[in-house]
Amino acid sequence: MCSLEKRGNLFILILTGQNGEHRLNPNLFSSIISALSRAKAESTRGSALVTVSHGKFFCNGFDLDWVNAAGSDEETQQRFNLLLDYLKQLVLAFISLPMPTIAAVNGHAAAGGVVLALCHDYVLMRRYRSVLYMIDLDLGIKIPEPFMALFRAKISGSARRDLLLRGLKIKGEEALKMGLVEAVYDGEEEVTNAGIKMADDLAKRTWHGEVYAEIRKGLYSELCDILGIASIPIATPKL
Amino acid sequence: MCSLEKRGNLFILTLTGQNVEHRLNPEVLSSIISALSRAKAESTRGSALVTVSHAKFFCNGFDLDWVNATGSKQEAQQRFDYSLDCLTQLVQAFISLPMPTVAAVNGHAAAAGLVIPLCHDYVVMRRDRGVLYVNDLEMGLKIPELYMAFFRAKTSGWALRDLVLRGLKIKGEELLKMGIVDAVYDGEEGVINAGMKMADDLARRKWDGEVYAEIRKGLYSEFCGMLGIASKAIGTPK
Repeated sequence: MCSLEKRGNLFILILTGQNGEHRLNPNLFSSIISALSRAKAESTRGSALVTVSHGKFFCNGFDLDWVNAAGSDEETQQRFNLLLDYLKQLVLAFISLPMPTIAAVNGHAAAGGVVLALCHDYVLMRRYRSVLYMIDLDLGIKIPEPFMALFRAKISGSARRDLLLRGLKIKGEEALKMGLVEAVYDGEEEVTNAGIKMADDLAKRTWHGEVYAEIRKGLYSELCDILGIASIPIATPKL
Repeated sequence: MCSLEKRGNLFILTLTGQNVEHRLNPEVLSSIISALSRAKAESTRGSALVTVSHAKFFCNGFDLDWVNATGSKQEAQQRFDYSLDCLTQLVQAFISLPMPTVAAVNGHAAAAGLVIPLCHDYVVMRRDRGVLYVNDLEMGLKIPELYMAFFRAKTSGWALRDLVLRGLKIKGEELLKMGIVDAVYDGEEGVINAGMKMADDLARRKWDGEVYAEIRKGLYSEFCGMLGIASKAIGTPK
């Protein structure tokens, strides 16, 4: 599923997946959300989180086999809606996390997996062997509004259109040009280490986690409104 | 604190402040607001305004010495809030100004001071000196909602993140890539002359100032909405 490791000031969230697949089902969602709660509970000034994965996939989106294994059309829809709710909770948890977050995308990310990568503050990616693919259009699935709001906050203009409306499998260099990722690396070790180093550099700034999260929410004002996350007023601690 | 000069169709606003860092307190903010009122009162078709400063600082933010020179923490907070209100009035004045505006940023602009160049329509900056620095995160201060809306009007995506969430002191070339400044120049004379020339070129378009201001407000719709600056209906002139 996933595991959370603490290394000094860093929280390392490792997406281990199941049988080589990294699909989002209730178990994986719960375990990631729990991991984030733990990171939040143990956070201090100067914490940071980096999410890594190993192997071919970063995250392949919803476990549609699980959704379709339901007894009836109605139950299938319910299962799908459940996964949507979980994804909303996940996005909420990431956006409220009181520390900088980095995704070191080692493998392919599709649909919900792209959402997962992009709800980090920074995304690092493999130059090859890794694509971002909003497969929803090809599968005939509409992208629900909260996640559209996430994309609208992250990316604009023709890049946004190309991500969402063109059925493209976007490789590292292209993602870099589109402003989706911060940097690209060759090799699993390189991207993972770069993620850890970046997290470390950001952690060294010893920012107040609560202030960080509140400013971050300002980057996602539309999304926060949709998810109903109120902004917390923070008294000026030092002037 | 500031001076306003008229040169042909150009209004030249020079920020001098009360100290080397051109820090903002209600007095300084008031004097800039007055200067803008005068420019507005004397404006005609084909007016434009360019804001300049000299030496190391464009504007380094609020006068925290003044804010903290009080008896209590509560009073300091009040002074801070009052400074913020005055800054908001200044932003409103810039956004409603019935003429194109250009900021020629010769030196550093930080925190509240960074808002000033950004509330101009165009920003030209030195390549070789000067940084823009949103230091709220470093100071442990949340950026007020209104100013997040202001920044969201100016930039988005990774550039917005880098501006407010990364504690970066950002130089001209990088700001150019981020789309936050329009051009960079070497030297104080270089950037100020470029600012004047740009303002002059815009003035030659002889736009209707009222129409210009109303269209401009549309670029800041969220911010204007929060401040309740209603858009005026303008009768079709021709």
